[in-house]
Amino acid sequence: MVETLEQPDAAAETDSVTGDEAMPESRAVKLGVRDLSISYGGVAALRDVSLDVYENEIFGVIGPANAGKTSFLKTLNLMDSFNSNMQVEGDIEFNGRNIRAIKNVYGLRSRIGVVFPLPVGLPLTIYENVALSPRLRGIKDKQELDIIVERSLTRAALWDEVKDRLDSLGSLLSGGQQQRLTIARALSQDPELLILDEFSIAVDPVTTMRIEDVLKELKSEMTIILVTNLVQQARRLANRTAFFLEGECVEIGVTEELFSGSVKDQRTRDYVEGKFG
Amino acid sequence: MSSVAGKTPNIDFDRRNLDWYIDKLVQFLVFIGGISAIVFVIGIFIFITIEGFGFLLEGFSFKEFFLSPYWEPSDEDAPEFGILALVAGTASVTGLAMLVAIPFSLGAAIYVGEFATGKTREYLKILVELLAAIPSVVWGFIGLSIMNPLIIDLFDVPVGLNVLNAGVILGLMAAPIMTSIAEDALKAVPDRYREAAEALGATRWQVIFKTVIPAAKNGLLGAVLLGVGRGFGETMAVLMATGHAVNIPGSVFDSVRALTATIAAELGETAVGSEHYQALFTIGIFLFLITFVINLTADLIVRGIRKQ
Amino acid sequence: MFIESALNVKNQKVQGLFKALFMMMTILLVLPVLIILGTLIYKGGSVISLDFLFSDPTNGMTAGGIFPALVGTVWLVALALMISVPLGVAAAIYLSEYAGDNWFTRFINLAIINLAGVPSIVHALFGVGAFVIFFGFGTSILAASLTLAIMTLPIVIVATRESLQAVPMAFREACWNMGATRWQTIRRIVLPNSISGILTGVILEVSRTTGETAPIMFTGAAFFLPFLPQGVFDQTMAMSLHLFVVSTQVPGVPEALPYGVALVLIAMVLIMNSISIAFRMYLRGQKKW
Repeated sequence: MVETLEQPDAAAETDSVTGDEAMPESRAVKLGVRDLSISYGGVAALRDVSLDVYENEIFGVIGPANAGKTSFLKTLNLMDSFNSNMQVEGDIEFNGRNIRAIKNVYGLRSRIGVVFPLPVGLPLTIYENVALSPRLRGIKDKQELDIIVERSLTRAALWDEVKDRLDSLGSLLSGGQQQRLTIARALSQDPELLILDEFSIAVDPVTTMRIEDVLKELKSEMTIILVTNLVQQARRLANRTAFFLEGECVEIGVTEELFSGSVKDQRTRDYVEGKFG
Repeated sequence: MSSVAGKTPNIDFDRRNLDWYIDKLVQFLVFIGGISAIVFVIGIFIFITIEGFGFLLEGFSFKEFFLSPYWEPSDEDAPEFGILALVAGTASVTGLAMLVAIPFSLGAAIYVGEFATGKTREYLKILVELLAAIPSVVWGFIGLSIMNPLIIDLFDVPVGLNVLNAGVILGLMAAPIMTSIAEDALKAVPDRYREAAEALGATRWQVIFKTVIPAAKNGLLGAVLLGVGRGFGETMAVLMATGHAVNIPGSVFDSVRALTATIAAELGETAVGSEHYQALFTIGIFLFLITFVINLTADLIVRGIRKQ
Repeated sequence: MFIESALNVKNQKVQGLFKALFMMMTILLVLPVLIILGTLIYKGGSVISLDFLFSDPTNGMTAGGIFPALVGTVWLVALALMISVPLGVAAAIYLSEYAGDNWFTRFINLAIINLAGVPSIVHALFGVGAFVIFFGFGTSILAASLTLAIMTLPIVIVATRESLQAVPMAFREACWNMGATRWQTIRRIVLPNSISGILTGVILEVSRTTGETAPIMFTGAAFFLPFLPQGVFDQTMAMSLHLFVVSTQVPGVPEALPYGVALVLIAMVLIMNSISIAFRMYLRGQKKW
């Protein structure tokens, strides 16, 4: 009946993937960022960042605190419009379209799934947490909702733990469960672009590994931007990685190259080698 | 099955959907609610000014209105519209009320906020909240039927409806509100202040008097000001408990009359548009402006502490 | 060592003294009111009966019951709520969910504070000038309820805004991120989780509206009417004004009668406040996040 995830024996495969896909120039650009600068009341948080994220890749963003990573993410789905204190300059293109010229902002956001570091279980039942996004886009059919809920929860590695209590409040789950619920909610949007901001902070290592496996799998369906302060996580998952430092995008490159030492900037080497951050 | 659930929604980025328009409509509707408060405050000022305008243009003399102690609006030959005695009545009652309410409400706030714990604290707060709910007409009735004979008995005076009566009643009325605002102000003082003082070896009462109260003084001042505003604007209780005699009081046993009570007692007897009627609205304008200033000041002070 | 402990003993004594003093002040603040309530019950309890509640006043209001006043208060309060609750909830939703942090919002907040601070008799003057005369409603339930509604509007706004803002910002952001509009977020997450808080505020407003006297004196409440109101353009009796009338305006009223009226009025108010408090405490026990 329901499409369940084939349990990944993909791990071995994906480890080698990075090398195969090291020629990203041939790919379609999912998200193009040109000269993006962000400031809060005159204080700069991000300066002149330009980068491309390609279709069906995992794009890693690493960097220490205050690097401007989260501010960067907020502009990608126009969440800055809720914060009048936030000034944004530069262009962002989604599927080749300038997002600031898009009239249907809510439609754009529904195509982009976001998972923030602090887990947010909405004060709805677990089922309704995951069914919310489909409902928002007008799906009413119970059977269809059931499928989306189960598939999203399964992919977020939460289904087995909650399948018998879908009616209990999502906001009362443990921190790690709420984080996976948040991921399930983002997946229920069936997004073209999935943005994960330090998703593993509240999740135990075993679950983290399970979700990482799922992400490798999801790559075939969507584009993923993975912001992480765990350098090794980026190394495990990302095809290409950008290094942010104090509001500046210091370096972008194929992940393996970044970690094998062929970097243009000494700061990148120091960071991935753990000399600061 | 899975193909149904997995279908990618086809979203047109160039067309705003129905939800966009619904959201804008709701925003417009609730905005009307938001500006209604402004509309009403301005409306109050405009309408009482319109009704009092004739008097302000013709019969009104600044000197007579504020400096004459004679309020004789129904004198057919030479009506006088002096509110000095009424202001004195309001001020004396409010002043006595504050003498009663300030120490008790601040004392109660300190006890509830700094000493009482657990259930006691919870119950006291509920009690204070219930006290604040007693309607002013009931307080007026209490002044009339309980305080009045009590004052006559205790002090051997002929009339028990006077400054003392209304002042005590008003003090009891204002105290609960002042207590809760003052307690909020004390609660707003961060615990690290207390801990720092205790670490230096200060005892509990030293902590309260030398650290907590100075740190909360703006909020406490705000509480007092709101109490004054409440006293100034109170109508039914002072109408029933002051004795309602136009009089600049010489002692707390003199009967007086308040500004608010004058309007309440006389508006029903005046013809719409008459000089007397307009003069009552002019008192209304005066009350509006005074309470406006008091509330504004109290708010600025209270908000000042929140910002810190 | 000895000196220090002597000092401690002294300090402890002083502290105990202060504690006792503050406790006494609290007791002195609460005690008179309990005595007063006791007196009301003692003197007015005897007149309370079903007959008192459900019959008309007779003999120039020196005997009989309070039924028309009770019914009138229900009319006034119900109509006032119908006006102020939608308006107040809308205002609170605007302030909490839509308004930016700018001078206009501060202006609205200022207006709310002043609306709450304007003396009740000034609201009465406004009601006379605006509703009775300018809009031509005459002295009627409609004019009185409008006046009451405007006067108690700040209670609804403040209570609603507080319960809306008690819903964590993160919930809203999670919804916005999924592409929900502000209104979808309000309807699906914010309102369902603040409706009980709003209800608590509304009960509080009912209590306050019930006790108000000055704003209805000249706008719609009458001293004595031998019939019940038939519509919003009729005048009506009201509990609060009835207490004023029987205790000050009517000669020859038996002593117990106004006590009985006062007791019913204060019981109505305190019961509603207690419900509101109990409801609030129950909600505090219900953890939803």
